[in-house]
Amino acid sequence: MRLNTFTVPTKIEAFFIEIGELYLFAGRFFKEAFSRPFEFRELLRQCYNMGNRSLLLVSVTGFILGLVFTLQSRPTLLDLGVESWVPSMVSISIVREIGPVIIALICAGRISSGIGAELGSMRVTEQIDAMEVSGTNPFKYLVVTRILATTLMVPLLIIFGDAVALLGSAIIENLKSDMSFLLYFNKVFNALEYADIFPATIKSFFFGFAIGLVGTFKGYYCKNGTVGVGEASNTAVVYTSMLVFIIDFIAVFVTDIFSSMT
Amino acid sequence: MEKTKNIKPVLKIRDLRKSFGTHHVLNGFDLDLYEGESLVVMGKSGSGKTVMIKCIVRLMQPDSGSIEIMGKDITKLDHEEMDQLRTRIGFLFQGSALYDSMTVRENLEFPLRIHKEKYVQKDSLVLDALDSVGLTSAIDLMPNELSGGMKRRIALARAIIMHPKIIIYDEPTTGLDPITAKEIVELMKEIQIKYGSSSLIITHDVDCARVISNRMILLIDGINYVEGTFKELISSKDKKIQAFFK
Repeated sequence: MRLNTFTVPTKIEAFFIEIGELYLFAGRFFKEAFSRPFEFRELLRQCYNMGNRSLLLVSVTGFILGLVFTLQSRPTLLDLGVESWVPSMVSISIVREIGPVIIALICAGRISSGIGAELGSMRVTEQIDAMEVSGTNPFKYLVVTRILATTLMVPLLIIFGDAVALLGSAIIENLKSDMSFLLYFNKVFNALEYADIFPATIKSFFFGFAIGLVGTFKGYYCKNGTVGVGEASNTAVVYTSMLVFIIDFIAVFVTDIFSSMT
Repeated sequence: MEKTKNIKPVLKIRDLRKSFGTHHVLNGFDLDLYEGESLVVMGKSGSGKTVMIKCIVRLMQPDSGSIEIMGKDITKLDHEEMDQLRTRIGFLFQGSALYDSMTVRENLEFPLRIHKEKYVQKDSLVLDALDSVGLTSAIDLMPNELSGGMKRRIALARAIIMHPKIIIYDEPTTGLDPITAKEIVELMKEIQIKYGSSSLIITHDVDCARVISNRMILLIDGINYVEGTFKELISSKDKKIQAFFK
């Protein structure tokens, strides 16, 4: 008797193999991150590169985000006669959800693809092999430092982006309704609670970790020469963006459970 | 090279085998590299030369066989022991493999950073290595400001900065014009004399092999097809051997 066998399509199989490899890669990161020697200088350099070089992009994005969000929501609140709710509604939306997700997506495009391309080109030009041959652990020097840098810097960029977005919102509100900056930010800080800021900050660390992890993973195992470098950079952005949404969903779900308990 | 037969080799490879799927690249390759000698391994593209040297520095894991470097079987060493041993091996990559984001000085300092006793004398070691390749003036340049020949020289300076016992060259003259290639080969000879190191050179440049080799191995079908001096090999009547020297 011949048994019918189920064959897993190659693409699905490759996807799950990649997930497994990413899991092992993350495991190696935790193992190497807590063992000596620590690459502090390279970590600081990466923090500076990622933070400083993303500042302008995050500022512009955050400012426009606050501006547009306020302009779009004002008419509806005006119709309902609750125009004074604009600062509280905009600040809660930006700090809890829109700010972290949008800035994380911007960082995915700017940082994750950059890491993927940089490590990918280092792989294909044998620079990573050269490090290994010289007795240096390239995983620790290149991967651990970059993942730590994104985990530390992305939350800071998100906080900064949120602040700039609120500034953009305050400017529009000032122009449209003559609300002073002092009154606007007074309303913002009255509206924001610890429960709005804390979960958003925690999830932004996870966003940062995902951005660094995927970027380094795609770059470190880059294959197929220069074509592979492009692929590494491209897939790093796609995978990171997906992960940002998945992490966001989990974070909201967990926050909801905790808030219903208290 | 007869006298070397009684000396223990600094690098000894026995029955090295490596396959990629069904494609057998190395089928029992043997090699002995003695102190102070220049051994050239020639073979066609895809004959397994690069795989063999990557196995020596453990960038690749062989399927079977043994590799002994200065009496230590590298297949049995842990990561730390291997890293220690790697400091006694210089490696010149085919494409130079200079770190793009670092200056020449930083490229040369990089192998020293994990060795505190050498790191304190980094300035003198960097200058000495750059002096050996005649490029002290390039110390603060970035790799993208260097020509192909300069990159190869800097890569050579980085390979010798730890004063290695063995220097492995992967196609040292590939991609260079004939004049620069000749200069690089001369430089390799000078460095070998200055540092008293042993050289393992992978190439298909006959001129390079003629100038630098004490001994040669032809790698065909994953095994050492023939071994001898350049003169012995070039005068061989074997068609497979002659094909390399046409």
